[in-house]
Amino acid sequence: MQVTIRSLLTTCFVFSALLGAGAEATAATTPAQKEVESNPRGQILSLSCSSCHGTDGKSAGVIPSFYGKSPEYLETALKDFKTGKRYSTVMGRHAKGYTDEEIHLIAQYFGTVWQNNK
Amino acid sequence: MSHKISRRDFNKLLVTGVAGSALGIFGTIKPAFAAQKRVVIIGGGFGGASAAKYLRKLDPSIAVTLVEPKATFYTCPFSNWVLGGLRTMADIGQTYTALKSRHGVNVLVDSATGIDAAKATVTLKSGKVLHYDRLIVSPGIDFKWSAIEGYSEALSRTKMPHAYEAGSQTILLHKQLLAMKNGGRVIICPPGNPFRCPPGPYERASLIAHYLKAKKPKSKILILDAKEKFSKQGLFKKGWDTLYPGMIEWRSGPTGGKVTKVDAASMSVTTDFGVEKGDVINVIPPQQAGKIAFKAGLTDASGWCPVNPSTFESTIHPGIHVIGDACIAGAMPKSGFAASSQGKVAAASIIRLFQGKEPAPPSLVNTCYSLIGTDYGISVAGVYSLSPTGIIEVPGSGGLTPMDADADHLREEAMFAEGWYRNIAQDIWG
Repeated sequence: MQVTIRSLLTTCFVFSALLGAGAEATAATTPAQKEVESNPRGQILSLSCSSCHGTDGKSAGVIPSFYGKSPEYLETALKDFKTGKRYSTVMGRHAKGYTDEEIHLIAQYFGTVWQNNK
Repeated sequence: MSHKISRRDFNKLLVTGVAGSALGIFGTIKPAFAAQKRVVIIGGGFGGASAAKYLRKLDPSIAVTLVEPKATFYTCPFSNWVLGGLRTMADIGQTYTALKSRHGVNVLVDSATGIDAAKATVTLKSGKVLHYDRLIVSPGIDFKWSAIEGYSEALSRTKMPHAYEAGSQTILLHKQLLAMKNGGRVIICPPGNPFRCPPGPYERASLIAHYLKAKKPKSKILILDAKEKFSKQGLFKKGWDTLYPGMIEWRSGPTGGKVTKVDAASMSVTTDFGVEKGDVINVIPPQQAGKIAFKAGLTDASGWCPVNPSTFESTIHPGIHVIGDACIAGAMPKSGFAASSQGKVAAASIIRLFQGKEPAPPSLVNTCYSLIGTDYGISVAGVYSLSPTGIIEVPGSGGLTPMDADADHLREEAMFAEGWYRNIAQDIWG
């Protein structure tokens, strides 16, 4: 009987400890999830960019990388591609597909997603 | 960074798993791990592999199982570069190592033989049955073998390859080109719309011409097309005139281009205007959605899969998303890039749906480079959004390389084509 009570107590202790740990683990969202929750529209606008520029904007080849750039830099660059102020072969054709507000959201997404990777 | 997430995710699973067993004693609270959402993906090409990676990247709590019969996936993009002698097969082979080890995707080298939408299960060739909360079907294309008299799957494996699924077909067509005599004639027969990779047959003609010009300059290429016009037509024709004058002839459907019959014994094809003989004949048959889509009843009368353009969820079977060449995606072409873009949108939508939230309105992109010569690249770009009529190209956006692009521009686009392949492959399988 004693043994049973002790094991039950132990179980209760383990249970509460683990419940606490489990709750903490569940509450700890990943950086990527945080990014999604704060800017879901920016995310969906941005995901296609990675196909040419690499995941999170980290390019392996000759296509420019923009990983680590600030939101301000990205927003200006995209707007300049859109107006033709900045030379491009293909980026102007892409940038014309987005409103200035959408460009802002894309710049926010890529301008912050790398900071979450630190 | 991905390692950090995997470890944290693993710890989280461990903790909730053990806590779950403890909680089980009391029998009142459900174990946390039972709530883990499961996504099964059929097809590890551009669409399916993108969805797998991005589901895990954006929400590592989701258990993702990818079913793909090939341990190495040879990409159709850049397979024309192999035919032109600019790449090897090894260069276009993608594996699933990173999806498994870096992103925690459960990759099964197996093929799906059946889908039970009511039970939410997928049966595999091995006999294994997978349960899912959401299913993504990315099966690519199948060929309508009986559309051209005399053509068959067996013939495609011997004398007249289609080479429109990369791998052994690419190797076969390449061998035939290598064996052809100087002064030989290559016939390419592209299908009518819609089909996979609209500029594909014309890039193929260009890069075969690149090889022939260097090695067998007396040879000719005849394109017998079922269509009246084709993708990037003006740009391709200008490139052919510049780089390969007199080598490539294109005939449209109404002017004798539509092939109705082939004959392997005489190595000839028949059009409404007569019979043409070739030394190498590349027949690209008309297409429809991949087999499993038909088997699961995901196709409509067109032979392709109707989907909700916002989430790519089937309009026939809820809970099943169809992406890539197999789905009907409005203005988007059937391309690897489009499939990847759709895979990411489907992944993001599924995550929102699991959270009980409205998916964000979709934004989709396509960018396809075609190489005409080593320093001569052209492209088509498109940005797509949702309208009341479905997926449309954003007005005023996208379009082709300008017709008056100078040599520097074309050289830069040829370089970007290489950069494109490196990054898109890395973004999907890396």
